[in-house]
Formats: sequence, C-alpha cells, structure tokens
Amino acid sequence: MSVQAAVLGVGQTRHRSKRTDVSIAGLCREAADRALADAELTAADIDAVVVGKAPDLFEGVMMPELYLADALGAVGKPVLRVHTAGSVGGATGNVAASLVQAGVHRRVLALAFEKQSESNAMWALSIAPPFSIPVVAGAGGYFAPHIRAYIRRSGAPGHIGAMVAVKDRRNGALNPYAHLQQADITLESVQASPMLWAPVRYDETCPSSDGACAVVIGDEQAARDSAGPVAWIRATAMRSEPTMFAGKDHVNPAAGREAAAALWRKAGITDPLNEIDVAEIYVPFSWYEPMWLENLGFAKPGEGWRMTEAGETAIGGRLPVNPSGGVLSSNPIGASGLLRFAEAALQVMGKAGAHQVPGARTALGHAYGGGSQFFSMWVVSSLPM
Amino acid sequence: MTRVAVAGFAQSPVRVREDATTSGVEMLVPIFAEVFGACGISRSDIGFWCSGSSDYLAGRAFSFVSAVDAIGAVPPIMESHVEMDGAWALYEAWVKILTGEAEIALAYGFGKSSGAELRRVLALQLDPYLVAPLWPDAVSVAALQARLGLEAGRWTEKDMAEVAARSRAAAAGNPAAQLSGDVTAEELLGRPYIAEPLRAHDCAPVGDGAAVVIMASQERAADLCERPAWITGFEHRIDSASLGARDLLAVPSAAMAGRAAGADGVDVAELHAPFTHQELLLREALGLGGGAEVNPSGGALCGNPMFAAGLARIGMAARAVMSGRAGRALAHATSGPALQQNLVCVMEAH
Repeated sequence: MSVQAAVLGVGQTRHRSKRTDVSIAGLCREAADRALADAELTAADIDAVVVGKAPDLFEGVMMPELYLADALGAVGKPVLRVHTAGSVGGATGNVAASLVQAGVHRRVLALAFEKQSESNAMWALSIAPPFSIPVVAGAGGYFAPHIRAYIRRSGAPGHIGAMVAVKDRRNGALNPYAHLQQADITLESVQASPMLWAPVRYDETCPSSDGACAVVIGDEQAARDSAGPVAWIRATAMRSEPTMFAGKDHVNPAAGREAAAALWRKAGITDPLNEIDVAEIYVPFSWYEPMWLENLGFAKPGEGWRMTEAGETAIGGRLPVNPSGGVLSSNPIGASGLLRFAEAALQVMGKAGAHQVPGARTALGHAYGGGSQFFSMWVVSSLPM
Repeated sequence: MTRVAVAGFAQSPVRVREDATTSGVEMLVPIFAEVFGACGISRSDIGFWCSGSSDYLAGRAFSFVSAVDAIGAVPPIMESHVEMDGAWALYEAWVKILTGEAEIALAYGFGKSSGAELRRVLALQLDPYLVAPLWPDAVSVAALQARLGLEAGRWTEKDMAEVAARSRAAAAGNPAAQLSGDVTAEELLGRPYIAEPLRAHDCAPVGDGAAVVIMASQERAADLCERPAWITGFEHRIDSASLGARDLLAVPSAAMAGRAAGADGVDVAELHAPFTHQELLLREALGLGGGAEVNPSGGALCGNPMFAAGLARIGMAARAVMSGRAGRALAHATSGPALQQNLVCVMEAH
C-alpha cells in the first residue's frame, strides 16, 4: 500500500425513527458538518466525496447523490456512489480510504445515510422480481433460520440472544446519538417482548432509523497536520460471494472468514482477541454477535456464545463489542456500516464519551450485507503502522 | 505509482432484450467468456471486481446481487458495486490497482432500460421535494437544454440532425449498435418532434445491454494484450443538481474533468452524448479540435444501454488504441439530468 491514511474527523446525526425536521439533504449535511468540524476542516478542504446508501427504493429517489451534490459541497468535485447492500456503509469507508491510499486524493469525505421514513423498506425488500426466489419476509424472516441453525450447531443456551440485546441497548443509552435509549431494559423484559421470527424477539431486532454518518479521511501529511487525535487505518478488507450456492455456509460464511483473515494479515495481527481492544460489529439481530465473533476469528466455531455469556463483550470485558449500542440501537441501514467504522475510530481517538472503552488503541469496524454474502471491515489504531 | 492499462473489452449487442432479466446475468455471462478468451485468462486471475447498475432501472432492490451469480464467486472474491454507470466502476477498479491491492481488475455495467418507461424513471433523479413531483421526464429536461441552445444561436436543428446522420453512418461498422445506416439530415428534419425541439433521431434509443472492461497493472498488462491502452488521465466531476441555478449551455464538470485528464491531442474521442445537442456541448467543453474523430462507434445515439454505455465508450476508445487505429484516445461518460456528472478517461499506446 503506497500511502497511509487516517480518519481525521467523525460526525453523525441524532438517529430517530422519523427525522421530519430535516430533508434528506439536511440530514446528510448535519453529519457532514459535524465530521468537518471534528476534523477542524471545511468543505473547501475536501478533494472528493464518496456517498453510500442501501437501495434507492428505501427513499424513492434514484441515485440521490446527484441531488445531494450541492448540500455536500461536492459541486466541481468527484463524487462516487457506493451500494453494496447492508455492508455499504463499510464499503463507503473502504472506498474513501482507497482514494487516499492510492495517492489520488489527500482528503476525502465519506458519507452514508438512510432516511427510512421517506419510503417503506419492508415494501422495497418484498418486491418479487421474475425468476427469483421470493422471500417476502423482510430481513428478520430471512436470517431467523440461520440463527436456529447456529443454535442447533453450537448448543448455545436460549438466553444468549436476550443477553446481547440487554448489553447493546444499555450501551446505546450511553450514546446520545443512539435512536433507542433503553437504560432500564432487562433480560426479563427482552424475553417478554413479542416473538417476531423465532427465536428473534421484538427487543432483539434493530429499529428502523433515519440517520447519517460522515468520516473525513486524509493522507499521512493531513493526519500530521491535524490538531486533534486521528485514527490510523491499518487495514481494510472486502469479500463477496453469491447469495445461494451448493455448500454455502449461512451460519459461518466463507466470505466473512476470508475477509477477516485478509484483514488480520494486512494489519499484522496474529491473535485478534488479544490484539483488538474493542469491536464494532454489525449485529442487526442479537444472535449475530456470537455468530460473527466466530466468523471473525475471535472465538472458535461454536464457542462465540461463551464469550457473550461470560460478559466478555460488555464494556470492561475482554473484547467490548458495540459499546455505541450498535445496530440494535440505531439502524439507518445505509449508514449502519459506516457508523461501525466511525465508532471504531472514535474509540481509538479517545472521543467516544460515556461509551469510551478505557485505553482502546486498536479497534475493528465491521459490516455485512445481502444474504450474509458481502463483508467489509477495517482496523484502526491510535498509532500509524 | 504503477501505470494501469485497459487490456480487454466486450459488450453485448444493444437491443430490446425480451430474453434478458433485469439481473443482467443473461447479458453478462457471454461477454465475460468473450473477454476472458481474448485476454487468455480465467475468472480466478481477477483480483478485484466492480460493477455499475441501478436498482430503479431494474425495478427492484439489490439488482446487482443477482449479477454476482454471473461471476461464479466461489470461492469468495474482492468485489464492490457503484450505483452509477460502469465507467465509475472502472474508476474504482483503477484506484484499487493503484493501491497495489490488485494487479488485474474487471469492471462491468449492465442495464435493462426497456423494463419500464425510461424517460419517466429517470425523472426520479431530480430533487425529490421540489422538482421530481412535477415529473419532468429526462427527454423533456434535455429538450429544455436543446431549446436554450437554439435560442442562443449555439446550434440549429440541422446541426443536431447532422450529428445523428453522421453517428448512424459510423455505427454501420459496429455490430453492437442498435441503430445504423445511411440517412441524410434533410430526411431526418422531415420527421415529427417527440419533445420539441427534439425529434426521435435527437434522442438515444432505449435499449438493453452490458459491457465489461479488464484493466491491468504495468506488471501484468503485456500478458493480456499485445498493445494495451495505457491510462494517462482518469477524472470525473459533478455539477449542481439545480437546473435553474446551472448554466445549461456550459458543462463545467466535463471541462474540468477534461482539463485534469488531458483531453488535448487525441485522435479519437468516444463521447457519451444521449442527445444530439449534447455532443455539440461536450465537443466544446472538452476542447476537441478538428483532429479528433468523434464517436467512430456511432456513440450513445446508436446504442445507449443505461449503466453500461459510459463503460462501453471507454472500451471502444481503448479498442482504437489496442488495434493501432489511434495513438491517443479519449472516452467520456455522463450521468444525471442534462449532463450533470461527467467522467473523462484518456488512453495512449505508450
């Protein structure tokens, strides 16, 4: 890799189910302005903008980055629009990083958003195109059978999912930007919430959110010129595989395993559990915490739930997972991946506020999408390579 | 920084394809085979894949997900997707090679424009609060731009018809073209308006298609191609979305991209102009002199598969270099209403 890149600034909106106080442009501008202010830069300092979001049908606007060019200060600049399903927020961060790493630009703004209240995501996900297997069950109906397969395979006890939900929602109450603020949630209240797609209950499911996230990424000189702390991007990785094929492992997908292996290799990490201080992992349904702990190599196959059960993934545990509250507390779909990447950066910059993991120096940001088939990840660190 | 070259190109014939679904798979599988054959490689040689397509064109969410089936991505691949013309997918792939993470990259674009009424679908690219609810369709927006140029004395309807006649004559040598043949500007001017001052010949036909381009680093390009088309400039810019605030007779984003990429001195230029008057605007914005042969393929006016047509321009310009017909060639791609976003790629033989 020719040029080192670092996160110079991070911004996000207050995530809510309906941000009726702002337009799509207003929502994106809120996140972009905060990221620029955090980096002590203005739009004039930005060489290029990378916009990411999930399907355009989620707002009913075709290629909204065209309309957003003015609001993002991008007129006269290069704009790229990334769309890699649920992993798109992560892919947006990685593509922006690659523009700097390639030596093409010095400072790039990555911005991802979703304004779900503008349209109806359940409808958008339920269109049955010809010659395709209709799922027509939303994301929860699609993933629940894979969770049941995980429980059967690992022998995990039934309360693990509820434990993840309690931890993430309580973490979310420490994060002023999080959509759901549920400081008083308990294992009992989660287990009493309605069953949506067995074994996933209402309180174990991500909300529908309006929100945006922005990150300013700069080259080594820009990072050295930065007044505040920066998060050095030690490695990025992306892998894809088809939705369905003979031998596909939906519980522990090969694309995720290979992305993680490439990521650790590039970051020079041989023992992720000991070398990563905090992880922001894309967990839209509670059980995906233990599943991804195994897929990422933090735990052996079938053993991830033991870390959750022992409290090792809580703040203060061996590997705090989603101290921000994660996707279970805020889910502006297109932005959810970039929020994971941005929260990882905030941790190593020491700017995560009440949900700061003390002494965090190396952090993972992770996202996945489609039918557990698109994976994007990065490792950020308080020190350069 | 390594040098990067275009080393292979293939495109499907542009047609209204009753046999092709919106996933693109039926159009992509044959051209992947064609380009792998020409480069003498297989899919396992590709270090990075990037595609361009549109969910709105496909009428469904996640249309690009099924397209991955055309690759056969087992074991997993390094891959990304832009909700843009494949030309921008190629740009992302170019960046990936520059980082050193891949040596050979493949970009593809696909679109089934005939699945719905294209001009109305494209209206959804406009400001969703103030403009799109009025449904100014894409042809009508282009017609406003053409009208402004006529009233300003920048071109005449005859100038526009001559662009169409020249394009169709050139397309006779392009087996992928949807329209071609000998027709005079006078004959075309006798035909009715479809959105005054635009006649049918002023607008690209609606057609379905796909295109694929393979790129390689300095170390690998010669293995794939006898005479690679070395990329010497690759730039893109965007203009304001506000049709009222923008001078529709200037294309500053194209001019900026052209200057940054080095548009001068090219032998061949493949311009992505879906309307006749837009070719005239682009020639001026890019400063193309009389020495440049414009759209020897017939251009987008003879085949405009949405989300593949810009990438196909790069492929055709690269082919001019690879075949020895040009020493230096320029390709252009556009996106958005009235030439809002523009990309320029300049390639050379050495």
